[in-house]
Amino acid sequence: MNETIPTPEGGLAAPDALNDAERLQAYRRVKRQESRKALLLAAPLLLFLLITFIAPIGTLLLRSVQNPEVPLALPEATKLLQHWDEAAMPDADIYAAMAQDLVQASKQGKLGRVARRMNFYNPAMRSLLLKTARKLKRDSRDDLQAALLASDSRWGDKEIWRVLKRAGQSPTPDYLLNAVDSYVDKTGSVASLPPEESVYLAAFSRTIWISTSVTLLCLLLAYPVAWLLANLPARQGRKLMLLVIIPFWTSLLVRTTAWYVLLQPNGVINSLLSGLGLVSQPIPLVFNRTGVLIGMTHIMLPFMILAIYSVMKGISPVYLRAAQSLGAKPLTAFIRVYVPQTLAGVGAGCFLVFVLSLGYYITPALLGGAGDEMISQLISIQTNQQLNWGLAGALSAYLVIFTAIFYFIFNRLVGIDRLRFG
Amino acid sequence: MKSHYWSRLERWSARWVRVHTAVVLFFLIAPILIIIPLSFNTSTYFSYPMDGVSLRWYQAALFDDQWQRALLNSLGIGFASTLLATILGTLAALGLTRPGFPLRGLIMPLLISPMIIPIVVVAAGFYYIFAPFGLVDSYLGVILAHTVLGTPFVVITVCAGLQSFDHSLTRAASGLGATPWVCFRRVTLPLITPSVATGAIFAFATSFDEVIVVLFIGGAEQRTVPRQMWSGIRDQIDPSILAVATLLILFVLALYGCASWLSNRHRNEMP
Repeated sequence: MNETIPTPEGGLAAPDALNDAERLQAYRRVKRQESRKALLLAAPLLLFLLITFIAPIGTLLLRSVQNPEVPLALPEATKLLQHWDEAAMPDADIYAAMAQDLVQASKQGKLGRVARRMNFYNPAMRSLLLKTARKLKRDSRDDLQAALLASDSRWGDKEIWRVLKRAGQSPTPDYLLNAVDSYVDKTGSVASLPPEESVYLAAFSRTIWISTSVTLLCLLLAYPVAWLLANLPARQGRKLMLLVIIPFWTSLLVRTTAWYVLLQPNGVINSLLSGLGLVSQPIPLVFNRTGVLIGMTHIMLPFMILAIYSVMKGISPVYLRAAQSLGAKPLTAFIRVYVPQTLAGVGAGCFLVFVLSLGYYITPALLGGAGDEMISQLISIQTNQQLNWGLAGALSAYLVIFTAIFYFIFNRLVGIDRLRFG
Repeated sequence: MKSHYWSRLERWSARWVRVHTAVVLFFLIAPILIIIPLSFNTSTYFSYPMDGVSLRWYQAALFDDQWQRALLNSLGIGFASTLLATILGTLAALGLTRPGFPLRGLIMPLLISPMIIPIVVVAAGFYYIFAPFGLVDSYLGVILAHTVLGTPFVVITVCAGLQSFDHSLTRAASGLGATPWVCFRRVTLPLITPSVATGAIFAFATSFDEVIVVLFIGGAEQRTVPRQMWSGIRDQIDPSILAVATLLILFVLALYGCASWLSNRHRNEMP
């Protein structure tokens, strides 16, 4: 680790025998070696994250523009369909290829995946494909177009073929459009679902709304607390700080369980309120937005307090005193001199709370009701129940991009390696 | 500033700040404190006044096969992922704090990003790519995913520890003829041990409290304590969950005690 002395190779030649160019070269070589060594130390973690973190997320996000199911199971028909101009009905070749592919896919057990894939476009496609394959296997005529049309009259519908053609195209914008409640209609232009059928846009705006509310609530609650803790005598401040640190370290599940128990209709809070005669019947506090906001604020608040506190701790009181001795009223001095100095902590706290809230899952899932799903929950429904990985990838893509933008801005403004915990 | 100099506004706002702080700190700590007595309740109700005091829910939790298994899983997965995360994170931090590290402004945020990227996306991606390799429903899968989530904490704390590190010590060691390994083993490592340990505790706490990854890529065999609590709340909630919660609070307090003791020692050694 002799990083300051650029030693020429071998060290045999006396330094003064070298001209400047050689010295510079040797110096650069040593520098290069240094950075290679430094990079080598970080290489295991980089490689590990590449395999277990970056590759999985990248693959998931890429999945949102891919359409592998239909071309894999119905290869010939897909290929021919891509040349179909959608003006007239597909010709007999396409019908024949489709009939052959359907029978083949059914025999190879690939039809189930195609049926599920087509179901994402149109709930009737699944039964159509499975029924057609079943009938075709029993049909022995040579005219495959007639056989296909005989199996179900819907094969005479151009819309069915258009959808099958779309499902064979990669890259496809369909999942990314579906994730914002849009789709490509018959004319090839982008259409949006009516607002009352909106699922994902509503969830995105709900996620942003909940995250913003939690961030603002935390900021309002945290700022005075951080101020008092930073300005109390050290011993007293440290003792009170424990009341922030203990919840911060307590398991998320424990804290969510606690709120679950406390907020029940017959739980502690409601029995206290009715015992005091404040309410005549239990107020609904859980399985609705109130529960989500209370639970999430409780979990995020320590992050905000700690972020602001750590900045306030470093602010010298002399500025405030100087401002006041120059004639500023206490409130003016506080707003114009003290608050600006705390903005770095406020920014760090708000960023952390907002970004962590965006991807939140546990608390809304346990304390929220039917109308409180956040985007993370919808992603997990797509991956665990619907098995719609394309849509899960598309929803994840929007969530990751949105998070990454905030991350980038924060890193530029504050610097991510200045985050501290506890 | 003596109090008689204070204007009425100042006195009023000082009082208001104190009341506000008291209310907020109560909001933070009360839920945790309120459920502890409830875990000793004799009845199955989650409310006061309590019918009587008993340890039946502790008995129910501690002698239950599923909870025992969950605890062993949590500890095993926690230790394994902490070990991996600590080794990988410490090495990376040693590299990152060297002067010639290339593209630091790009690589550092990348190494921290597992902390920021929504865990559902991490877990879904992990499931999607590793299901064909048999890493789903396996201990190895959960351990690897928890390692990913733990490394940022190690990187951040060790980097912070190394910032106050006096590099002339290692230069002196190598000048006296120590090989890079001896230099690391005898000089660097003893000095950064507190921050490495703090990072390890953070990584362990992360794994010990994690439920989403376990939901996605853990099977019935890999149920951890948080996972068990999750299904407890979702399906059939009974006060044995509160008993487990109380034990977890004590456990995590002990962990926090270790971390703060370490960081205090750290501060004393390197002012």
